[in-house]
Amino acid sequence: MKMKRGEVIVLLVLAVGSVLAYLGKINGWHSGFMFPKWLSITIVSLTFLSMVWMLVRTIQGKLVERRIVFLYVGIAVALPLLMELPQKIIVSDIVRAVYTELEALQPGSKVLVSFDYDPASAPELQPMAEAFIAECFERDLTVIMMGLWPQGPQQAAMAVDSAMKRMGYTDQDKVYGVDYVNLGYQAGNEFVIQRMGSSFQSMFKTDFLGTPYEDIPLVKNVKNFSNINFSFNLSSGFPGTVEWVQVAVDRYGLRMGAGNTAVQAPTIYPYVRSKQVLGLLGGMNGGAEFETVTGLPGKAIGFMLPQSFAHLIVIGFIIIGNVAFFREGRKSRLKG
Amino acid sequence: MEHFGLWVGAFLTLGIYSFLYRDNAWYKLCEAIFIGISAGYWVVILFWDNFYGKFWIGREEEPMLWVGAALGVLMLCRLVPRIGWISRWPLAFIVGATAGLWMMNYFSSNIMAQVQSTIMPLLGEGYSASFGEIVGNFVIAVGTFAGLIYFYFSKEHKGAFGATARLGIWVIMITFGASFGYTVMSRMSLLIGRIDFLLGDWLGLIQ
Repeated sequence: MKMKRGEVIVLLVLAVGSVLAYLGKINGWHSGFMFPKWLSITIVSLTFLSMVWMLVRTIQGKLVERRIVFLYVGIAVALPLLMELPQKIIVSDIVRAVYTELEALQPGSKVLVSFDYDPASAPELQPMAEAFIAECFERDLTVIMMGLWPQGPQQAAMAVDSAMKRMGYTDQDKVYGVDYVNLGYQAGNEFVIQRMGSSFQSMFKTDFLGTPYEDIPLVKNVKNFSNINFSFNLSSGFPGTVEWVQVAVDRYGLRMGAGNTAVQAPTIYPYVRSKQVLGLLGGMNGGAEFETVTGLPGKAIGFMLPQSFAHLIVIGFIIIGNVAFFREGRKSRLKG
Repeated sequence: MEHFGLWVGAFLTLGIYSFLYRDNAWYKLCEAIFIGISAGYWVVILFWDNFYGKFWIGREEEPMLWVGAALGVLMLCRLVPRIGWISRWPLAFIVGATAGLWMMNYFSSNIMAQVQSTIMPLLGEGYSASFGEIVGNFVIAVGTFAGLIYFYFSKEHKGAFGATARLGIWVIMITFGASFGYTVMSRMSLLIGRIDFLLGDWLGLIQ
């Protein structure tokens, strides 16, 4: 695994560039960049022209190296983060349904939000969480947060911080324990949900900060799911939405919406059709749609441009790959 | 400390992505750190939240927890080959209890409710469905039927039956394709998250 001189030079240039950019950030030499529109359009056009060129070369029999594919996907994701191109986001019925459920709740209603994911899924689920909490705060709904994944409550705390900043609220505007509470993580997977059906307190003796359950004004009178007006589950696997549907929804009649990673969303769609889940935010796209419908733009909308650009690049390489495959096949047949 | 955390995060992220160029020592170091920290993290979580948080604190209030603890100890018999067979008892208990507890849940949530939502008026309740909904209902009804026919192997897939089975495999493949598309979107989202971290949180290049 000996390094070539060229590789060392590239690494050194990247390292020096990174140090300079970082120093620039902390010393205020720059405040970030945004490409002007003409430059963004030029970059996009050049990228696609170069892909057409690659397609032509593939037809001529010169195959694209796999590292070029990785490089293009990297560029497709990185550069749009610095671009400001308009993109229309259409809100689907399935996402609007979550918003409609919140709209129908009276101020002061209790919303239970379960954070069943970890930082690995945060790029998809955290924007949803932030937008959902912000919308609850906007509508004066009270939020009870918990997690069936150990890192869930930390994600919840970060979502609340972000929502407070976005809405311009202070600790006096939204009081911990009165307007929202973080009950923390509880081990036991789906059995936790089952026990919560009879008593929340049996599972959460204290909150995230160690305050006894009975001393928290928001949940003092919350015995079980019958005291919850709406629930929202953010999940990226097991335990998650499926378990909440099977226990809390089907057994205890909880009204529930869900936000899932794109990988998990197709498994949840059947529950939406059967109305076991009332609305679904699927992947980053679902998050962007929810931010659009609530009118609270956040990271998900910003991430949709790289998402779309990266998908176009992937589709382009699928076409190039198929051309290479069929061309190779024809050649082998001719040889045969 | 914040600066240190950002640099460590960037170092590890770039180290893992360096594998895309080729296998290297930087990647191997990051991989080892990731696996080691993950294992250590889960040991601590399981000890404090399960053993201490569930059993140790509640052992006096709920004597039944001792039964669970005893079954847990029996599971460790697997470490001694001569008495390893004892570990099958707690395993049998777990499998039996889980099957008994969740059979009805799965039956009601994943079978009955799904069958019920598939058997619906094709034109909507009181003919109220829009054109798009009617098309969707037909696709679900025909797709479900064709998909089931594909998995019926007691009759040879020939003639009209074979054509329906072929339609079924198309429906299944389109479903897998859609699912795969979502998976690609998910992986891209994770990549976007990391690049946002590198360009935004770390280098501050994003406005």
